[in-house]
Amino acid sequence: MTTVEFNAETTSALLYLDGISVSFDGFKALNELSFVVEPGEMRAIIGPNGAGKTTMMDVITGKTRPDAGDVFFEQGKYDLSTLDETEIATLGIGRKFQKPTVFEMHTVEDNLQLALRNDRSVKATLFWSSTPEQESRIDEVLETVRLKHLRSRVAGSLSHGQKQWLEIAMLLAQDPKLLLVDEPVAGMTDVETMQTAELLREINKTKTVVVVEHDMAFVRELGVKVTCLHEGSVLAEGSIDQVSTNDRVVEVYLGR
Amino acid sequence: MMKSHALIRMLDRGATLFLVLLGAFAIAIPALNLLVPAGSALHVSTYLVALLGKYVCYGLLALSIDLIWGYVGILSLGHGAFFALGGYAMGMYLMRQIGTRGVYADPILPDFMVFLNWKELPFFWYGFNHFAYAALMILLVPGLLAFVFGWFAFRSRVTGVYLSIITQAMTYALLLGFFRNNFGFGGNNGLTDFKDILGFNVQTEGTRNALLVISCIMLAVCFLICRAIVTSKFGKVLVAIRDAEARTRFMGYRVESYKLFVFTVSACMAGIAGALYVPQVGIINPGEFAPANSIEAVIWVAVGGRGTLTGAVLGAFVVNYAKTYFTSGVLAPYWLFMLGGLFIGTTLFLPRGIVGTWNHWRSGQKEKSEAARSADAEDGMLPTAGSPSTQPSAAE
Amino acid sequence: MRGLFERFAVVLVVFGVFAALVTTARAGAYEDALPKFTLDSFSDTADAIDAIAASGSPLAPPLLQALKDQRLLFSASAKQVLIKAADGKLTDAATGQPFTAAPPSDLDNVRLNNRLRNLTDAALGALTLMAPDPGKRYGAAQSVFKSRDATAAAALDKAIAVEKDAGVKKTMLEAKAALTLTDAGAAAADKVAAIAIIRDRGDQDSLALLQSVPADAPKEVLAAATDAKAKIERNLALWNTVQNFWYGLSLGSVLLLAAIGLAITFGVMGVINMAHGEMVMLGAYVTYVVQDVIRASYPGLFDYSLAIALPLAFLFSAIVGIIIERSVIRFLYGRPLETLLATWGISLVLQQAVRAAFGPTNKEVGNPSWMSGAFDLGGILITYNRLWIIVFTAIVFVALLAMLRFTRLGLEMRAVTQNRSMAAAVGIRTARIDALTFGLGSGIAGIAGVALSQIDNVSPNLGQGYIIDSFMVVVFGGVGNLWGTLVGALTLGIANKFLEPFAGAVLGKIAILVFIILFIQKRPRGMFALKGRAIEA
Repeated sequence: MTTVEFNAETTSALLYLDGISVSFDGFKALNELSFVVEPGEMRAIIGPNGAGKTTMMDVITGKTRPDAGDVFFEQGKYDLSTLDETEIATLGIGRKFQKPTVFEMHTVEDNLQLALRNDRSVKATLFWSSTPEQESRIDEVLETVRLKHLRSRVAGSLSHGQKQWLEIAMLLAQDPKLLLVDEPVAGMTDVETMQTAELLREINKTKTVVVVEHDMAFVRELGVKVTCLHEGSVLAEGSIDQVSTNDRVVEVYLGR
Repeated sequence: MMKSHALIRMLDRGATLFLVLLGAFAIAIPALNLLVPAGSALHVSTYLVALLGKYVCYGLLALSIDLIWGYVGILSLGHGAFFALGGYAMGMYLMRQIGTRGVYADPILPDFMVFLNWKELPFFWYGFNHFAYAALMILLVPGLLAFVFGWFAFRSRVTGVYLSIITQAMTYALLLGFFRNNFGFGGNNGLTDFKDILGFNVQTEGTRNALLVISCIMLAVCFLICRAIVTSKFGKVLVAIRDAEARTRFMGYRVESYKLFVFTVSACMAGIAGALYVPQVGIINPGEFAPANSIEAVIWVAVGGRGTLTGAVLGAFVVNYAKTYFTSGVLAPYWLFMLGGLFIGTTLFLPRGIVGTWNHWRSGQKEKSEAARSADAEDGMLPTAGSPSTQPSAAE
Repeated sequence: MRGLFERFAVVLVVFGVFAALVTTARAGAYEDALPKFTLDSFSDTADAIDAIAASGSPLAPPLLQALKDQRLLFSASAKQVLIKAADGKLTDAATGQPFTAAPPSDLDNVRLNNRLRNLTDAALGALTLMAPDPGKRYGAAQSVFKSRDATAAAALDKAIAVEKDAGVKKTMLEAKAALTLTDAGAAAADKVAAIAIIRDRGDQDSLALLQSVPADAPKEVLAAATDAKAKIERNLALWNTVQNFWYGLSLGSVLLLAAIGLAITFGVMGVINMAHGEMVMLGAYVTYVVQDVIRASYPGLFDYSLAIALPLAFLFSAIVGIIIERSVIRFLYGRPLETLLATWGISLVLQQAVRAAFGPTNKEVGNPSWMSGAFDLGGILITYNRLWIIVFTAIVFVALLAMLRFTRLGLEMRAVTQNRSMAAAVGIRTARIDALTFGLGSGIAGIAGVALSQIDNVSPNLGQGYIIDSFMVVVFGGVGNLWGTLVGALTLGIANKFLEPFAGAVLGKIAILVFIILFIQKRPRGMFALKGRAIEA
């Protein structure tokens, strides 16, 4: 296991979590969770149900306040535990939900238009009009997720896999520094799963990515460093082979 | 070029049709009242002019509710409060215009104050003798209340039925307050016995027709503002908030600011509706704050079709016409059954409302014919994106 | 100081009246005094009142009563004094016989001013101090205490001497003490003793009396008065708090009763039922119908009417609730705003249906004997109906808690609300549970209606008055938590009653509403909020 220097002042990490605890009515969802993600890295988070994966995402994105611990972003520059969802998103953290949530009533294009990195103030959106650069940026993103032919379709009419991709496309359009992707391949076919892995690797060329996933085949396909959570804290960290042969992981996760 | 783009988006077929019909209505009714002789079958009585003017105000109230309910999903059960506040602001202006013609002939104090033995005009009545000041208050008072209320509510993320319940509590609290004499708004009886508005007698045919036309113009203006809002990117954010609030927040939009802005705009429109309503019906009393009134206004929107704007106005006309028709005849005891049935029936069987159902059916037809057309073409070769005509309305 | 001696005589004679009612007594004095009423002058009327009170005639009390009620007429021309009964029939004051002749044309009321009114009251009071009914004697003694009319002093002494009822006697002694305290001629020591008696009485009137002690009174009297005042004030403040608390508890229990069914449908099921108030209203009407049938056919059972109405109201409201759930609400699960509108429609229909069946006016629902009346507890008055409602609310609350915790239905209900699909997977028929839960909430609203029929007007609008308050209670207490509803209801009830003395009833209510609006914004999920992931779903 690699050791990490936990010091918010000197850390080089893009995302830095130290000693995070969250409890709901006495149940400890996160228990002294600590880990860091370096810039440019792609990290897979695995763990059985109730390990605290989603709560961890909630803490990073400001939906849940930690009871204790530090969450810092960009080399310790921003204390995420003092910011709300909107501010955190503006800093450059994008989140894809477990259940695909796209704006069903809007077209694919509008979904992306809303996601594009832009002034998000009331005034700006009231007096907004599209520019050619934005149009081409949308084309570019649609190209990446292979949804170009569906540009004017209403998002609600897309298939499950297409919605997952659209959501990833929206994340890309947001142009974040860090992408948090929660179970991107849930409910996808094998082919779609492999395509998604490829897509994430492509994205990782320019951005830092944290993927939460159950699907071990998919994680293996990603081929990145894996952090295994259990009962709200880190159980093991390393390559997929290291982690999956770790006795404790086998015990709690693989159930043997 | 961008400007005309926005204009096309704003004035789609439905919106244009609506404005044309509203214009025709605003010309035809006064013409039929003033130019056609009283004996003719086509003559519109002055009573009917006032009644229709009232419907137009209700239409504007419905429009304001649709803007927040249909597009952001804020179901306000207290919009009657903003309507009534606008109405009271206008009523205060009209009271000050009575002057010495009141029963007690006091040049400054309205009758009810003399009756209550008040010696001085309360400070919040200052300035209401000027129309411009009253007009400002008509926008400012409902707007300010909505702003303060919304600022608290949206920041703490009170949503859904919780918000509905506290808006209802808000109008209920105002109802209790305005019933009190010492609030300084005429208590139980409210404000009435108006004489002039801007020097014109409120009772005459000419004034009544003018008020109807002005109400139509205000409705058209507010309609255009609403269309501009909902067809802009801002409007798209609103719909995004309605359908996936958390997603919108995580995308970096400050949801509470969006809600607050549109809630305040909506309250101002409701205030205008109330202000135009008061001179046409000749009275404003605390009964307008009753929670039942606000909920009734919501059902107009539901009947017409929420998220369509035109539907809201249509719904207000249809339901209120039915109300006038039934409550004035032998069927009066059954009206509440019908109104109740309307609430149940609309939510169960016509959740999109009249206009919404029509739009849905139309776009279904269009999709069918498009599917037939594109079956011949190669797959993936849909029409070029970005042209507004191919974008299904966000209002569905 | 007109005719101190004369007044003294009045009082003496008043007691003669009762001793000598059977004899002809001094009939002449009564008849002699009568014509003075026809002179239409205040001073003559005053003389007449004194003389009549002193006359001892059996006709005197009805005449004075008529004078007080402005039913005494006179004719100056005919020198005639007539008493008009409430039904308009005239009686000759001189003979007590019906007056059958044509009334004189100049018939007019005998006019009174405040002084005469007090005089009449005092005279009447003196006459009733010896009345056979202890309630009347008590009332007379109280009125002497309040009026401090010195002319009653002798009458009072006499009455005290023969009084057997301890409570009435105590009041009479207090009245006597009040007279002593205001009597300029009384000895200082007597006054100090009187102050002790008044201090022990300890109510608002005693305080007023003590405050009227003049500043130039003897030192020891002043000191005793100051001392007693402080003691009474402390005492009163304490009782005032207790009383506010009691009223608050009473209001809180009413709120709880109205809201507890809502805590089930809204809190547990998440269904927002705007027709909840109408379920309460239906329960009240069931009570009315039950009492109607009992009055007509089995009058002896009236005291049991509420016991009979309770299960019927529960069943009736529950069945109506289940019909609503099956026919409307189940199609709207997951669409709370639509549910709100549809149930509002249902509430309109139910109100109008009741209006059509029973008319729009208030219906008379009687209190059984065990619910009427009141008793004094220290310084506060406790009415039986409020007391029983508090007891009843507590029973309903405990029964409901027990039902949810210990019965199969309760278990299945909790299972369905926590995880519907899992509940369905283990074989619970979720649709049936939905209907039964809704029925339970509605049925409880129905029995709330039985209780509320005892303290509120039974009309089609009954439910409307409770719906907003009930929602406030549930939301304030925290959704999905019966204990929260309990605390919420009692807090709001008590806060309301403590605010009322400062702000008045309406402003107090507004203040509470504003407070809740702000509170919800601070804690959107109420006082006892559930935390965790489940609530986001």
